[in-house]
Amino acid sequence: MADDAIRLHYTVPGDDFTRAGEASADLKSRLKKLGLPPTAIRKVSIALYEGEINLAIHAHGGDIDVEITDDEVRMTLSDDGPGIPDISLAMSEGWSTAPDEVRSLGFGAGMGLPNMKKYSDEFDIQSAVGVGTTVKMAVRTT
Amino acid sequence: MQETSVHSVTLNRELCKGCINCIKRCPTEAIRVRDGKAAIISERCVDCGECIRICPHHAKRAVSDPLDVLKQYKYKIALPPPSLYAQFNNLDEPDVVLAGLLRLGFDNVFEVSRAAELVSEATRRFLQTSDMPRPIISSACPAVTRLICVRFPQLMDHILPLIAPIELAARLAKDEAVKKTGLPREQIGCIFLTPCPAKVSAIRSPMGSKHSDVDAAVAVKDVYPPLLSAMKQVGQVEYLSLSGRIGLGWGESGGEAAALMTTERYLAADGIENVIRVLSDLEDEKYHDLDFVELNACSGGCVGGVLQVENPYIAKAKMKHLRRTMPVSRNHLTDDAAEQVAWDDELNYNPVLELGGTRAERFERYAKMEQITAMLPGLDCGSCGAPTCAALAEDVVRGQADVNDCTVLMRRRMEAVLRALGRDE
Repeated sequence: MADDAIRLHYTVPGDDFTRAGEASADLKSRLKKLGLPPTAIRKVSIALYEGEINLAIHAHGGDIDVEITDDEVRMTLSDDGPGIPDISLAMSEGWSTAPDEVRSLGFGAGMGLPNMKKYSDEFDIQSAVGVGTTVKMAVRTT
Repeated sequence: MQETSVHSVTLNRELCKGCINCIKRCPTEAIRVRDGKAAIISERCVDCGECIRICPHHAKRAVSDPLDVLKQYKYKIALPPPSLYAQFNNLDEPDVVLAGLLRLGFDNVFEVSRAAELVSEATRRFLQTSDMPRPIISSACPAVTRLICVRFPQLMDHILPLIAPIELAARLAKDEAVKKTGLPREQIGCIFLTPCPAKVSAIRSPMGSKHSDVDAAVAVKDVYPPLLSAMKQVGQVEYLSLSGRIGLGWGESGGEAAALMTTERYLAADGIENVIRVLSDLEDEKYHDLDFVELNACSGGCVGGVLQVENPYIAKAKMKHLRRTMPVSRNHLTDDAAEQVAWDDELNYNPVLELGGTRAERFERYAKMEQITAMLPGLDCGSCGAPTCAALAEDVVRGQADVNDCTVLMRRRMEAVLRALGRDE
């Protein structure tokens, strides 16, 4: 089935909040066309939006690869940003390193990674300081 | 109702020039130009009236009832919406409008704003007692409710399951009239003076209730000229209005939400594009800490309805003047009315934007659609009759259009043929 998978690629520009959210909005409309279950679409859309914001705030941009197969939507977010020194700390709710100007826009509440994990059925994060971060998420659609 | 179609928005084929203004404006991509004329895809239309607003040739119109419809009933009740009062100059109280309606041949009036105050109270109670997911989205604008059922099915369980003030007004007015006149229900006509086509459609095919007690809808713009003359003949003005500030507030964006009073955690958005943006964000749970969301398809709220006469912003200023000396609310929910406010029917998801078929078929169609989109120029010029290149690709996959409808692609092909011929010479 993987051969029939629908593949999409998005580039998220760094530090541009007006554009963060474009990928999740585009993906959402495609998933609606595909008639996937509303709950799954909602999960994908929320998880990916959080990811986009993270790419824009912390990583100065990055890439999103999406694979839609028969039974799941798989998203890989990769960047070559500063990396995360302590992943378990970063995964705790409310912990944030976002600068004040980001917080004043209503972002950076420290719920990004926890929400990405909460809204996906599979979640994996790999990060190395000075190298970058890769987040893999999957949402089941069956 | 005069015509059997579910929709109020219709096309006058003779006036249509086949231009692309309406197809570009439609929020559900419900219009195509085929054979030189616009055609509305009925299942997609939410009757928002945007195409009526934009059409430079006045080919799009809202079908409503003529004022003659009064003759069909023994006892006629006018249901004026609060926004009607804001259509007139130098008006200090709504009473003269109501007196004018009586002079026009109505036997009685029942202000929709009265019912609105009851719905406000019912909403307040609902917010306190219901465990429905927050935020609760208002169901008063039928174009918005229909839009959610077509484009935002995930939000359907957030829609306030209470009937709109118009509907409640009709029910209460009819009950009252039956008691007063002893006439059978069907001889009593409740005639709504409508600011928009969406409300006409909501009467023909109600959402959330099995039937409508509103019998006809006359456009504000049609009742306006005779009403204005009738109002000029009104001598001594009686106290006819029974509305307060809350009821009148419903005529403009933000009025319904402000009337909740028990919460400040609300949002009010108006204008179809803003509404879509808010719904899309709500779907992604981008707003937290909201109890209530009021959405109006028209800019400014009902004062901005496409069948109104006055500029919506001037109407808002007039509304403020009218409300200045009014009591807050003059209508209070009785147990009897409270029972009538709840929905007795469910909403249905209308998945017209999906590609259709089994999941495998949808995936296949999607892949084909992507292939076709890649071939198309991406100019979204609309010359093929579809609003965007992606929409044309989708129409092709659905078997409703041909990729050769793309004029840009055709020109390229022709140029290639001409070049080939040139080489031969």
